[in-house]
Amino acid sequence: MAFEPRIIGFLCNWCSYSGADLAGVSRIQSAPNLRSVRVMCSGRVDPTFILRAFELGADGVLVAGCHPGDCHYAEGNYKTMRRVALLKVLLKANGIDPRRLRVEWISASEGDKFARTVNEMTEELRQLGPLHPAVEPVAVAAD
Amino acid sequence: MSKPKLAIYWAASCGGCDIAILDIEAKILDVAAAFDLALWPCAADFKKKDVEAMPEGSIDLCLFNGGIRSSENLEMAKLLRSRSKVLVAFGSCAHEGGIPGLANQFTHDELFASSYRETPSTDNAAGVLPLTHSAVKEGDLELPVIETTLKTLDQVVDVDYYIPGCPPQPTQIWAVMETIIQGKPLPPKGSVVGAGDKTCCEECPRTRDEKKLRHFRRPFEFFPDPAQCLLDQGIVCMGPATRSGCGGLCVAVGVPCRGCYGPPAGVKDQGAKMVSALASVIDSQDPAEIDAIIAEIADPVGTFTRFSLASSMFKRAGS
Repeated sequence: MAFEPRIIGFLCNWCSYSGADLAGVSRIQSAPNLRSVRVMCSGRVDPTFILRAFELGADGVLVAGCHPGDCHYAEGNYKTMRRVALLKVLLKANGIDPRRLRVEWISASEGDKFARTVNEMTEELRQLGPLHPAVEPVAVAAD
Repeated sequence: MSKPKLAIYWAASCGGCDIAILDIEAKILDVAAAFDLALWPCAADFKKKDVEAMPEGSIDLCLFNGGIRSSENLEMAKLLRSRSKVLVAFGSCAHEGGIPGLANQFTHDELFASSYRETPSTDNAAGVLPLTHSAVKEGDLELPVIETTLKTLDQVVDVDYYIPGCPPQPTQIWAVMETIIQGKPLPPKGSVVGAGDKTCCEECPRTRDEKKLRHFRRPFEFFPDPAQCLLDQGIVCMGPATRSGCGGLCVAVGVPCRGCYGPPAGVKDQGAKMVSALASVIDSQDPAEIDAIIAEIADPVGTFTRFSLASSMFKRAGS
């Protein structure tokens, strides 16, 4: 069976999750490879969430939030911006291709941007291959 | 009535934990009075076969320091687990891999090539590497296998308690021993003992203010203000992501905390938490500027996961 990338998407409630919803309602065709997790702000995404996603079998992680300057909580997305930048440095140093972690600013009206992001990410990860070639992703109960 | 049995063992270790135990000074006599020593390779002549001859669970307390690097370390960890009632991961290496854990950045071959061939002062023209088995005229020689990954104690056996630190501070070591000697109840299994519940910042004597970092600097680059928080001054200090208990010894003398006491209570991954903490206080909203500021952090792996790489989610995520 051909490799299908598994992407976990942390989407902020106010912008990106609504943007993803708009993509759905507008019936925009996009790859089914992303599983969404709604958070109130992209700034809620702790680095451990991202690492845990990779650990449990995600081949890529998307963190999507409001555009810079438009965060519903004023500054949350700036923290996301800096957090992801620093995390990418550490991922690379630990042998994980930093392209597997992506941050995007997707507003509530940008359903097409959401779809485009999912499609691009899926294709890029298909080229990169699975993060854990030998390991089957697992379903886990809450810790 | 016989005294409870105490074992102290070192695996992949520098010896500092054993010295820290001796640093309780005169109180070592109280320990000797309260326990019968069953094993302590650093200080006494008991052999592995003496431990093998003991019934299961006959060692009341085993303080196991050092990481699991070789097949011998693994064998001794399993042996001491079976013979001990209470097994304590003593010190940073047993707790989270410690400095030896940084070897997990490299392959087995890279480590051997560096240690035995490539370091500038090594005189090994024949390129000899240690072998697990060699036949010499006197007979066959066996050496333990160096495993491909350095592991923590709890990655190979069930651990009852953790005493963190590189090394654990003697006052904390004595506090734990005194609790045990006096027969006081211990916290739930799996707890970190001999340490606090907060972060190193709680014990730091420096004044903390609002942090807005536009640069990271290294301690040799300027004369830090002795009264002000080191992180406020742009020096990366792991204090905010490190468990209290050491008394803030390093920061009090101007050395930024390196995180040897491991993550604070409730934190899964020390390095990841520090990433989050630093990201909050970097004072920039421009992606290119942010990248430039981050580039000023020298050696990210050795900074964020200096002691915790072997147990960190970074390695497990990518392995």
